[in-house]
Amino acid sequence: MSKNVTYFFMAAIALLGSTAAYAAGGAVADEFKWMTFTVFGVIIAITMAITFWAARSTHTTSEFYAAGRSVSGIQNGWAIAGDYLSAASFLGIAGLISLYGYDGFMYSVGWLVAYITVLLVIAEPCRNIGKYTMGDILAFRNDPKKTKTVAALSTITVSTFYLTAQMVGGGVLIKTLIGIDYEISVIGVGILMLAYVVFGGMKATTWVQITKAVLLVAASLILVFLVWMPYGFSLPGYLQSVVGDADVQKQVAKLLGDKAATMTPEELGQRFLEPGLFLKNPIDQISLGLALVLGTAGMPHILMRFFTVPTAQAARTSVIWAMGIIGGFYVLTLFLGTGAAMLVGPDKIASVDAGGNMAGPLLAQFLGGGADSMMGNFMLAFVAAVAFATIVAVVAGLVLAAASAMAHDIYVGVIRGDHATPKEQVVAARVASVIVGMIAITVGILAKGQNVAHLVALAFAVAASSNLPAVFLTLYWKKCNTTGILLGMVVGSLTAIGLVMVSPNMTYPKAVIASANKVLNGESAVPAKEAQPAVERSSFMCELFALDGCVLAKPAQAATAEKPAKLGAAEKLAGLNAKLATLEPALVSISDATAKATAEADIAKVKKDIAATEKAKAKAEDDLKKFEGQTTSIMGLEKPFFLLKNPGLISIPLGFLLVILGSLFTRDKRAEEMWDELYVRQNTGINAEAASAH
Amino acid sequence: MSNPNINWAAIDSNPKFQALHRKKTFFLWGLMVFSIIYYFMLPIGAAYYQELFKTKVWGVINVGILFALSEFVVAWTIAFVYSRKANAEFDAMAQEIINDVNSGSMK
Repeated sequence: MSKNVTYFFMAAIALLGSTAAYAAGGAVADEFKWMTFTVFGVIIAITMAITFWAARSTHTTSEFYAAGRSVSGIQNGWAIAGDYLSAASFLGIAGLISLYGYDGFMYSVGWLVAYITVLLVIAEPCRNIGKYTMGDILAFRNDPKKTKTVAALSTITVSTFYLTAQMVGGGVLIKTLIGIDYEISVIGVGILMLAYVVFGGMKATTWVQITKAVLLVAASLILVFLVWMPYGFSLPGYLQSVVGDADVQKQVAKLLGDKAATMTPEELGQRFLEPGLFLKNPIDQISLGLALVLGTAGMPHILMRFFTVPTAQAARTSVIWAMGIIGGFYVLTLFLGTGAAMLVGPDKIASVDAGGNMAGPLLAQFLGGGADSMMGNFMLAFVAAVAFATIVAVVAGLVLAAASAMAHDIYVGVIRGDHATPKEQVVAARVASVIVGMIAITVGILAKGQNVAHLVALAFAVAASSNLPAVFLTLYWKKCNTTGILLGMVVGSLTAIGLVMVSPNMTYPKAVIASANKVLNGESAVPAKEAQPAVERSSFMCELFALDGCVLAKPAQAATAEKPAKLGAAEKLAGLNAKLATLEPALVSISDATAKATAEADIAKVKKDIAATEKAKAKAEDDLKKFEGQTTSIMGLEKPFFLLKNPGLISIPLGFLLVILGSLFTRDKRAEEMWDELYVRQNTGINAEAASAH
Repeated sequence: MSNPNINWAAIDSNPKFQALHRKKTFFLWGLMVFSIIYYFMLPIGAAYYQELFKTKVWGVINVGILFALSEFVVAWTIAFVYSRKANAEFDAMAQEIINDVNSGSMK
């Protein structure tokens, strides 16, 4: 085994070397790329050393799936944090705060509160009852083959959604940062992650996650220290300068549009610390909150982490540590986000990546001394490497979860009827890991350029609508049985997926074509409108579905002045070029230094506008070509039927309801007979799977 | 698997186990319901009580920011309260039951 790891290590270095040659473009300047690759190389070397060490003690099934149950509570807490703080939360939330202020911070809260559910109702019972997978918990008092099949399918579904989002996000991220081709990034991430999982199993995966979490927290602490220090670590003093910052005020004015005209700069800045710049639909947010708070506890890769500790007490300790690390990290992102908004500027952040994902890395570069400095680029390289480690670690955890469902639940549990030799089980686990890893790489490459951001929310929604009701009710409700679990899991997950398929997350060609035409052909003038009274919605269902005869609620609107017509892209470009043609020759005749600087700034601005307009025009033309002749989404809809982006509000109660109904209308003798044993064991830990001796 | 012939029903109906079960159920549900209500007050407040959230209380810091920060403090407090209670009380009660089972006095 160790020989294989050595070969792998050499292959990884070769891959790294070859990618360095292809890299061009990206946030890191070419002359400093060697530094990025050095930092990447060091981190890869550390994780490979971990894998090498872990592989020596990964022989049995318990060692492969559960690290021999030898992970301590504190270690597991760091590993959970490493598993959970994906690129979406590391880069995404800081980015949201940098662009939208308060709403981005508010968004982060649900991700922490989710762990209260994990702590109070899931972690300890799962440790006491479970063996390697969620399927083991469900199979305890229900029909093992049926529940394991459904549990495995659900685990694989959830993991695949989450994996796809991570792979695509990771590929784009690495391309944006250092310019490595998307496909090579995806393959590189996939091969590294496979090395950890296949050779080192859960032990290597755990330690890679711990390493990554420590690096992530360290990097964030350094950045926050540098951002906050000039203000003597005073919170009001710091936020005062955020509010007073011109870039921040400009961003708020841009977001508010017409409404900003009557506001003072101080009011605009203060608005950045107030809700409502990004999250407009409270019902959608409650729906997302429900999916987070209940979905985290049903995430297979998080559940699996509780099988790695020796006792229920250690499981408890691990959640407490995880909550401290995860919560502390989100508080730090408040400073990372606002710091990036103030020091880098929302404009610049959005110009590198529209979603704001580059806020953290750009802040690091600025704090180190800027784009041309050695230290600035070293800091950027470090943060980029942490981001890379983040993706690899999260993906490794997901692949292990999906592979254990495939090998332990489906192959060993269902196909072999639990009669497989220990050796066969370990081989099956490794083969399944390779299969899942290959799927992850393939899906990652196929999904290039797709909008996958909603897949993370969908993964949480499916986990909350399918896994959590089943696990929760089998642990806490005597009457719960096989029929209820099968019904609830199947209907819960299909409802969540089905609603997203008809939701605004999908692409609707008509809308895309209409907005592309607006860009290309311009818009006609909008006549002045008189003040409008508020409109009451016709019923609550109308907030959720596009039903016939629905009237949507609208707040009262003040009278608006006439809006002039907007030019099409071609005319706008012609105008801008003409302006440039008059500005540039005039520059030569200006002798006054200040006047010259103003004129130069004007020219730079016009040039920037030209570039932006050309980009918008190219995108619009591209969209028109892509959707030519199409009128409906892949579900055959012209516009969304379900109006929320998050299905949890409907699919989660439905999942619970069907587990309950299915259990009430059928009788299952085994489920009732096993109740006493399950309940006593989950509360006392008698007969729980013990740690394997080393 | 030290003791495969455990009479689970007997343990379940034993007063010691019933006491543990009652205490745990009451405590866990209380914390769970409180934490969910407190969490959803944030999006609801941000959407429907904007004037309150915008009220400045400490320099530029407004009620909304303090409330969002309090969510973190409350989550950590719940975790702390639960772990103290579990470490001090639930674990000891469970250990007593395990000892009784192992000594054969509860079968």
